[in-house]
Amino acid sequence: MSNTDYYLPEGLPAPMPARDGLDLPYRKGLEEDKLIVQRCNNCKTWQWGPEWICHKCHSFDLGWEEVAPTGRIYSWERAWHPVHPALKDHGPYIVALIELPHAGNIRMVGNLLGDPRQEIEIGADVEAVFEHHKDAKMPFTLVQWRVAG
Amino acid sequence: MTERTLRGKVAVAGVGETTYYKRGGAEDAEFVLALKAILAACEDAGIDPREVDGFASYSNDRNDPSRISAALGIKELKFANMQWGGGGGGGSGAVANAAAAVATGVADCVVVFRALAQGQFARFGQGPKAPGVAGEPAYTIPYGMMSPAQMFAMRCTRHLHETGVTRDTYKAVSLATYAHAQNNPRAVMYGRPLTPEKYDEARWIVEPYQLYDCCMENDGAAALLIVSADRAKDLKQKPAYILGATAGSEYRNGAPCHNAPLYATSSFTSLAPRLYEMAGIGPKDVDVLQSYENFTGGVVMSIIEHGFCSHEEANEFLTYENLLAKGGKLPLNTSGGNLAECYMHGLELITEAVRQIRGESPNQVDNAKVAMVTSGPMVTPVSNSIFGSEEVL
Ligand SMILES: [Zn+2]
Repeated sequence: MSNTDYYLPEGLPAPMPARDGLDLPYRKGLEEDKLIVQRCNNCKTWQWGPEWICHKCHSFDLGWEEVAPTGRIYSWERAWHPVHPALKDHGPYIVALIELPHAGNIRMVGNLLGDPRQEIEIGADVEAVFEHHKDAKMPFTLVQWRVAG
Repeated sequence: MTERTLRGKVAVAGVGETTYYKRGGAEDAEFVLALKAILAACEDAGIDPREVDGFASYSNDRNDPSRISAALGIKELKFANMQWGGGGGGGSGAVANAAAAVATGVADCVVVFRALAQGQFARFGQGPKAPGVAGEPAYTIPYGMMSPAQMFAMRCTRHLHETGVTRDTYKAVSLATYAHAQNNPRAVMYGRPLTPEKYDEARWIVEPYQLYDCCMENDGAAALLIVSADRAKDLKQKPAYILGATAGSEYRNGAPCHNAPLYATSSFTSLAPRLYEMAGIGPKDVDVLQSYENFTGGVVMSIIEHGFCSHEEANEFLTYENLLAKGGKLPLNTSGGNLAECYMHGLELITEAVRQIRGESPNQVDNAKVAMVTSGPMVTPVSNSIFGSEEVL
């Protein structure tokens, strides 16, 4: 991906791995276009965002499972007012909350790719697009979404 | 064992505030603003500031109680309390903490205060400038979801979708609140009325919020003084008794990355019944409501979750006329609140509730005996409180 393929301008704060190593499997998975999320090895409850303990059974034995990078739109917002210097003069952009029905309806925040002025339908099926920022000082990957089909 | 309640045990004996300024407009240091508000509340109550023996605040207020105690020559400090997390959601929580301390004899005269100088310190409404973010912010900020408006708009979109409530209710909240500020000389927006046209034509901040759905950013300080009910009776002002105050949020409201199971709420569904139970009243008994507006959508959700109307009734009930102090069914934010009086992080809503009980509001509701406050919708923890005059005890 070249820089012009990034949905938002460069210069926003980059995602860094959690200092305590909590989300390392997730971040490693993204490098290989894999969506890997938490699932309790003991009671099989899905859990997101990551935490050290299962909220259902209190097991510390949390597994990480690859899931299909698809979902549906649970909610959305279109941001107009720039609150960061990198967004000045950029114009509107869409942030969407995506739920993953095949993984216990866990939700993830990402951008909805395409026309920033598009009409958005809650419940619409979406698929993930892995946006690799390999040229960043500390390379990282964002999970973006686009309407499926 | 005595009944485990705050009801009628303590009262607000004094309220005070500094001049309210636009963000960056205060010439005083933030600590000076805090001191001035505290002294004003003591003066209002007729209590020597040296008699204060406790402090409660929220949202990591920067003005440390030990420094204040030393600066004011307070005889003995007995209570130094901070409500953890939730920003403005801590307002009524700080009142609850102070009230609990006084009700149980931990302290006798506790100040609840909040001071903000956003010129001197960082602004609320901006994203972080750091090159990288870790932990939960790493899942939202790189996607451009970084300001409070952007964090809460997502909940409101879902709420509108699930319930059929329309944005006309947002407009009613904004217009009524601004209308009240026009009678309040303390209000930053005093003399700057909002018309329906001006509301409609304002730019989008983040859908579903336009400019006038969003709170201001201000400098200033406010304070109130809590003493036992017995003591309040002998002081200068008519006491505003605390009927109830609660803080907290629903099951896993803080689940990371927008995974709260009850997402389309303002976090009050579990608190509202607890508050009414402690206060021994219901929504029909509330004469006037001060509801924290970070964003108008959160006010609408709070009103519904506190049982003033159902989701089905909201579009019909939440109209401009119904929210006015004069003749409205649910007088709302009668000082102008966070939108138009001052973003004093919602403490100005609590001083206004007290003024309504005293009969001293710039938009006095006739014969107001019960005034309610909801603090900080859509965050966790949120909090709420109810104040009443002696006749409702
Ligand atoms: Zn488990």
